[in-house]
Amino acid sequence: MGGKEKLERFEQAILPHLDAAYNLARWLTRNEHDAQDMVQEASLRAFKFFDGFHGVDARAWLLTTVRNTCYTWLAQNRRNQLTTSFDEEIHSVEEDALNPSALALKSGDMEMLKESLEALPDEFRELIVLRDLEELSYKQIAEVINAPLGTVMSRLARARGRLKRILCSRLKEKP
Amino acid sequence: MDCSNTETLLDAYVDGELDPLRNLDIEEHLHGCARCAQSYSDRQAIRGVLKTESLYFQAPAGLQKRIQRSVRQAAKAEAPAGWFSGSWLKIAVPLATAALVVLMLVPYFGAPSSDQILTQEVVASHIRSLMVSHLADVPSTDTHTVKPWFNGKLDFSPPVSDFAKQGFPLVGGRLDYLNNRPVAALVYQRDKHVINVFVWPSGNSAQTGGPIKTQQGYHVIRWTGSGMNFWVVSDLQQSQLAKFTDLLKSSLAAMAS
Repeated sequence: MGGKEKLERFEQAILPHLDAAYNLARWLTRNEHDAQDMVQEASLRAFKFFDGFHGVDARAWLLTTVRNTCYTWLAQNRRNQLTTSFDEEIHSVEEDALNPSALALKSGDMEMLKESLEALPDEFRELIVLRDLEELSYKQIAEVINAPLGTVMSRLARARGRLKRILCSRLKEKP
Repeated sequence: MDCSNTETLLDAYVDGELDPLRNLDIEEHLHGCARCAQSYSDRQAIRGVLKTESLYFQAPAGLQKRIQRSVRQAAKAEAPAGWFSGSWLKIAVPLATAALVVLMLVPYFGAPSSDQILTQEVVASHIRSLMVSHLADVPSTDTHTVKPWFNGKLDFSPPVSDFAKQGFPLVGGRLDYLNNRPVAALVYQRDKHVINVFVWPSGNSAQTGGPIKTQQGYHVIRWTGSGMNFWVVSDLQQSQLAKFTDLLKSSLAAMAS
């Protein structure tokens, strides 16, 4: 493949999915600046290996690269991060005390929803981002996170369960 | 199906990822079990809460430019340099290029390219389909109604798929006229936005595509594959339209294989 042709094909395949790439990076890095760096780095990586891309699903392919780039970065920066992950032991909310209608969030609660999602561990948060925000199929998610379908299903179930508990306990704490 | 099986499969059920048989099993169980039914409505509540655009971070303005710049630089670095190092080439290459450009431009000078004309035609067709009540000649969400409808009206059979599950339901089909020939127009919808997909046979079997174009606020994506030309046009957000295009391409690939 000639250099110019490769560049054109790459831009056609990848550029339409920058929003998806940025959204995932933004949720994994939890800040705007690093998210942009991640997308740029991932795009360069993707370009380098573009000859190896023969599939049709450019979005899943790009998201895989973005995810790997973010995880490398997270491993390096882990010590600088606050441990915000939610501790279920401390918050111990009783399961049957939850009222799902309490989940009827008002627009002012959006910030709380955002914070609750950010409080999830990375491997749970990314599943919710890929499924509920990005609307990927389980099969595409399995490809992106390089895990079997069964893992996608069970991890997503746990992720949503945890998010629900965090949300409910925060809604309760609210005056 | 017992409670523990149901609990394991409930998320996949909510996401529409189960086969029809299992779906039925779960539905049956939910009818008879209050606890699992509660669990199900919890899941729906959580999904409902997450379905808000304000959680989706759009790429900031300027990110695309920044990435294009850096990738283009990388592309330059990748290109072999040795060939161009001769000093006479430093003069000859630009001269030859300039001559070539002039030669190529002469026939087109002042006239828009056929591609531009076609883009204009496609956008005009799309707008026209929205103006009058002529969105679909065969309004149907059933692929088995839409596809046979084209029989005898066109000299080819357009590929028809429904993406209702993914949020892009098929709403119908229509005959249209583009590029001096009758073409199939497939109509899809995303929320209130209409997507027109124009399909007609292409002379060659090569896989090609073009960049996204924007004209009068409408995005146009086109490509050639499986022996057909595809033109997708809508006022939908560019990222959403790209998502739709990917769905369409994967379903075409699945049909071909």
